[in-house]
Amino acid sequence: MLQLTSDSTWEQLGKHPIETEHDIVNVRQFIRFYAKGLKMGIIDQTRITTAVSELLRNMYNYGGGGEVTIEKGIVDEKNTLIVTCVDQGPGIENLDLAMSDGYTSGNGMGFGLPGAKRLVDRFEIKSETNKGTIVRVMKWK
Amino acid sequence: MNTELHEKRIPIIKIGNFLIVSIQVDMHDKLAIQLQSQILEEIEKTGAKGVLIDISVLEMVDSFIGRMLSGMASMASIMDAAVVIVGMQPAVAITLVELGLEMPGVDTALNMEKGMEMLERRIKDEDYKLY
Repeated sequence: MLQLTSDSTWEQLGKHPIETEHDIVNVRQFIRFYAKGLKMGIIDQTRITTAVSELLRNMYNYGGGGEVTIEKGIVDEKNTLIVTCVDQGPGIENLDLAMSDGYTSGNGMGFGLPGAKRLVDRFEIKSETNKGTIVRVMKWK
Repeated sequence: MNTELHEKRIPIIKIGNFLIVSIQVDMHDKLAIQLQSQILEEIEKTGAKGVLIDISVLEMVDSFIGRMLSGMASMASIMDAAVVIVGMQPAVAITLVELGLEMPGVDTALNMEKGMEMLERRIKDEDYKLY
């Protein structure tokens, strides 16, 4: 499974498998709950929830499901919510293309990656063909 | 799975010429798609000229739900019914724009009352055009 470097001081808030559409709805609600807990305003709560929703849908539709880890920690001296989505799907062949606006995979359902990126403070992605994709988004207070 | 979806069906109420749909739950994708066909069936059955969709409770509209709503507006218009989305929360509107999702052809109103006025005006205008 692909990995991104984490900070050992981050505190894990939850780890959830994404196997059904209901998991997406549930995790969305967790994200909002934790964003509220970090005292984010309503607009930032909505931004991070929406960004994660886009990532979860990608994972569910294209990556065959996966796992999402929710953490909180200090990033750039700010209280930050960190959400990492990993799948072991086919991977994204052309990452630059997938990150460009207006790109869709052909069935009219865009990957939503550039949109999700605009909604968060930090965005990291790594993908390998036949190995999977890992995306991490961060939103700070 | 099927019964579970059935339990969560979103009610559609008919008042006069209009259908009123109030989305009160965080929708998963299948529920959103089901709502789409449910509304179209109801338009066919009742001959409704307008549909008001209240999303004031929705805390989030992502690209899927956004596309579902704009798709619904174009389908309904092919069936000679207008769709007005009412009550979008400010945070949802901001996020939709930042996400880059445009919703062409979708009419919106601040609340149910304004949405209803909008539909009534539209129907009047169309009647007028016929003569």
